[in-house]
Amino acid sequence: MTLSAPRIDKRNPARRFLEKTGELAAFAGEFVRSLGRRPFEFRELLRQMDEVGLKSFALTGVTGLAIGVVLAMQSRGTLVRFGAESMLPSMLALSVIKEIGPVITSLVLAGRLGAGIGAEIGSMRVTEQIDALEVAALRPMQYLVATRVVACFVMFPILTAWTDAIALFGGYLESVISSGTDYRLFLSSAFESLRLSDLLVDTLKTSVFGLVVGLVSCYLGFTVRGGTREVGRAAMEAVVLSSLLVLLTDVIVVRLSLILFGDISG
Amino acid sequence: MSPSSPAREIPAVRLVEVSKAFGDLVVLDRVSLAVAKGETALVMGGSGSGKSVLIKHVVQLLRPDSGEVWVFDRRVDTLRGAELDAVRLSVGYLFQGGALFDSMTVGENIDFLLERHTRLDAAGRRARVEELLEWVRLPQLALRYPAELSGGQKKRAALARALALEPAIMLFDEPTTGLDPVSVRAVSELIVRLREERGITSLVITHDLLCAEITGGTVHFLHDAAIVASGDLDAVRRAAHPVLGNFFGG
Ligand SMILES: Nc1ncnc2c1ncn2[C@@H]1O[C@H](COP(=O)(O)OP(=O)(O)OP(=O)(O)O)[C@@H](O)[C@H]1O
Ligand SMILES: [Mg+2]
Repeated sequence: MTLSAPRIDKRNPARRFLEKTGELAAFAGEFVRSLGRRPFEFRELLRQMDEVGLKSFALTGVTGLAIGVVLAMQSRGTLVRFGAESMLPSMLALSVIKEIGPVITSLVLAGRLGAGIGAEIGSMRVTEQIDALEVAALRPMQYLVATRVVACFVMFPILTAWTDAIALFGGYLESVISSGTDYRLFLSSAFESLRLSDLLVDTLKTSVFGLVVGLVSCYLGFTVRGGTREVGRAAMEAVVLSSLLVLLTDVIVVRLSLILFGDISG
Repeated sequence: MSPSSPAREIPAVRLVEVSKAFGDLVVLDRVSLAVAKGETALVMGGSGSGKSVLIKHVVQLLRPDSGEVWVFDRRVDTLRGAELDAVRLSVGYLFQGGALFDSMTVGENIDFLLERHTRLDAAGRRARVEELLEWVRLPQLALRYPAELSGGQKKRAALARALALEPAIMLFDEPTTGLDPVSVRAVSELIVRLREERGITSLVITHDLLCAEITGGTVHFLHDAAIVASGDLDAVRRAAHPVLGNFFGG
């Protein structure tokens, strides 16, 4: 016998998965409805934007710098072999801005925020703080969930733009060190093949990732039942599930944007 | 029904045949209970017998599967939105663990509610916070965070917050569990003072005989999803139900 026998859920996993998905969808619907309700928690939104955003600048900055430097180092050899070293800035800009920047930034944020939001809301649930908001007629959906999800929605693209910029700067640094590239040349060649629509679509798509990370993490925290162990598990699940969903959403968003805007050769 | 309500006033809180199950687990099975205005009622019972589930119905943190829940003349189990909020604001709830918002200081915990639900200005609110903390005998703790308080201090700070909006009814979920006898006495006496000084109706869940002795009031004993005995503490103690013998140790 174990001290705390795990509760065995006898229903089949496919059905449970569908139920959870349904609940998550209902939660998302509740979130959308809460946006229309007053009062809008503006002060709490600012606090969350600070929490989500400003406190992630260092983390995403370091990530960006590392990506830029490594990408430049790795690509240089290949490009030299094909006599296309001058393509480096342009290749770097394309891969960073179109894919690596947005996805890596969102994954790093999914790690930081998924765990943070999942654990915070989860522990508020098990210590009855969410019930306390409820009985004080303060709507937890508005006060806790809407503010966090909206903060993610707004801050993800901003942080992505920042990460992209730092990554390009990292690539430029590498180029200066290994071949003394001039910054004007680097910049003009970097943005040569990039369209404004790419820049906008691929940066703004991270708002959707932010929405996913925020909603999933809040949902898992909100529905915790039990104690500290369950809170830990909710935080872990929030990281795993929101990371997976970021990648999955990316496939869908990229597919859609190819249909809408064509690819860069077009 | 109650000796203190000769004018047949409507009860402050009334549950009528309330049933609640979670999956296969039946927690409440047609439970009825009424608390007259200004009276103190206690709900006792073993761990997991459904005491918390019962009082959560009063403020509709849980909705009954069947039955009715009344707060004064409002039937709350069918209310939603703003109407439900209005009833909730007339009821204070002291949670089992206090449930203070741990990202805020004790003072901010109270101020938060005052700011949202009263027209007091900052100075007025500050005075009110001080007055409330004074009343629960915790002056000078306004700037502390909940994590920096002892168990008894947390309960009293949470009580101050629950009283901030001057509720007519107070719900207490194990107000004295985990406290030392001196704190048990202090908190129980606060419940008595609420009744005597402010005429507040209280519904108190407790395991604690000392607490029950100090607060007095009608005891309802919950067992196997039903109330198996009601009356004053001595009467319930003497009732012939075998579970009561075990619970009261003899
Ligand atoms: N939201 C819920 N979902 C599922 N089961 C629940 C829920 N809330 C309570 N229960 C179950 O209902 C039963 C009664 O719980 P309750 O919290 O009312 O007990 P209690 O009498 O307050 O016990 P304690 O003295 O330990 O606080 C328990 O078996 C509990 O697991
Ligand atoms: Mg309980």
